[in-house]
Amino acid sequence: AEFAMSIMEYSGGAVLAMTGRNCVAIASDTRLGSQAQTQSTDFEKCFRITDKLYVGLAGLATDVLTLSAQLDFKHRMYRLRENRDMTPKTFSAMLSNALYAKRFGPYFCEPVVAGLNADGSPFVTCMDLIGAPVDTDDFCVSGTCTENMYALCESLYRPDMEPDDLFETISQCLLSAVDRDALSGWGGVVHVITAEGVTTRRLKGR
Amino acid sequence: AEFIATKMSETAYSGSLTTFSPSGKLLQIQYALAAVEQGRKSLGIAARDGVVIAAEKKLSSPLIDAQSVEKVVAVNDSTGCVYSGMGADYRVLVRHARKKAQQYYRTYMEEPPATQVVRDVAACMQEYTQSGGVRPFGVSMLVAGWDDDGPKLYQIDPSGAYFGWLASAIGRNYVDAKTFLERRYNEDMDVEDAIHTALLTLREGFEGEMNEHNVEVGVVGADRKFRVLTPANVRDYLDEAE
Repeated sequence: AEFAMSIMEYSGGAVLAMTGRNCVAIASDTRLGSQAQTQSTDFEKCFRITDKLYVGLAGLATDVLTLSAQLDFKHRMYRLRENRDMTPKTFSAMLSNALYAKRFGPYFCEPVVAGLNADGSPFVTCMDLIGAPVDTDDFCVSGTCTENMYALCESLYRPDMEPDDLFETISQCLLSAVDRDALSGWGGVVHVITAEGVTTRRLKGR
Repeated sequence: AEFIATKMSETAYSGSLTTFSPSGKLLQIQYALAAVEQGRKSLGIAARDGVVIAAEKKLSSPLIDAQSVEKVVAVNDSTGCVYSGMGADYRVLVRHARKKAQQYYRTYMEEPPATQVVRDVAACMQEYTQSGGVRPFGVSMLVAGWDDDGPKLYQIDPSGAYFGWLASAIGRNYVDAKTFLERRYNEDMDVEDAIHTALLTLREGFEGEMNEHNVEVGVVGADRKFRVLTPANVRDYLDEAE
């Protein structure tokens, strides 16, 4: 039986980013669905902009793909023009602007930005589908099970975690949260970003 | 009867901006450069810790209110510029540059680096060399700023071509002024030296007495704050030189 739900819930999905000590992690589930019907179990929602900057997009899958391609394009052009990478702050401003440009016909995506600043300190931010940003220094969540993710993050998060600890914590938060959501899950992917590089790990879900 | 082909003279192409001459020039741009060379001298020096731009502000009558004439102006908080050539054309370009800088800020919540400001102005000037019904801008501009990689001084010509300089001069007698600068420029100059050198260079060939009311000086340092020196500041430097 079909039932109507919000367009933001059509594809399903969960994205989560968390800060640590001179490191940041961003994670997403890997489910893609058409409402109740699962279509894919390896649809990642985190995208690399640079080795120090990732963006996670939860929402309607077609917009996830289009917006991530757009952002990549904008960053590449910036890099060619200005001979430097965008900082996380600049990228977030540009993303917010790009979303608001479609204020009356928006991308159905709520992004999460995770990166490292020039001085190595972690940066996370998230925004709504029309670009209203929320700057925070602990964690950001987005997707169809945000209540679950908030509950777990609030309980499990501690500031200044080292990369391995951060990985464990963010993985637990993501997996437990999506387990109670029919529209998210089917595995996960976690990127831990440090000054030395990015470590990507797949999570086994159920 | 024989048909004899005659070669049209070079200058027959000078009337149309959008037509190349046989030797590969766009003569309107050459003539725009000639207009710049008629203009009052201006110059710039990129020192180790700051960039200085300066211009002669020789006015055609003592009755003109010198304060109302601004040659050295800010494009945004961290970038400034000066010109030689047609003042009215300059003001259009400054307005354009300022608007582009603010649009950049709106998108990236960050001031544009001087290089990007220069690219935007240059693109605008180039458009006016490849459109119908317009003429090129009769100005060359010197743009001063401070980027992530240090001091920046750029010259933009009516063609839209731009060049980064350690020191440059444009306008009347620019060749002599450049020679003068070449002799005095060194990489270890600090901004104070640069201001003195700039004033000395302006003094060369200055008609009449040079004082704080007939020159303008702008400076930007590592603090990325462009400012135009007040006449009182300029007076201090002129006094020091004596």
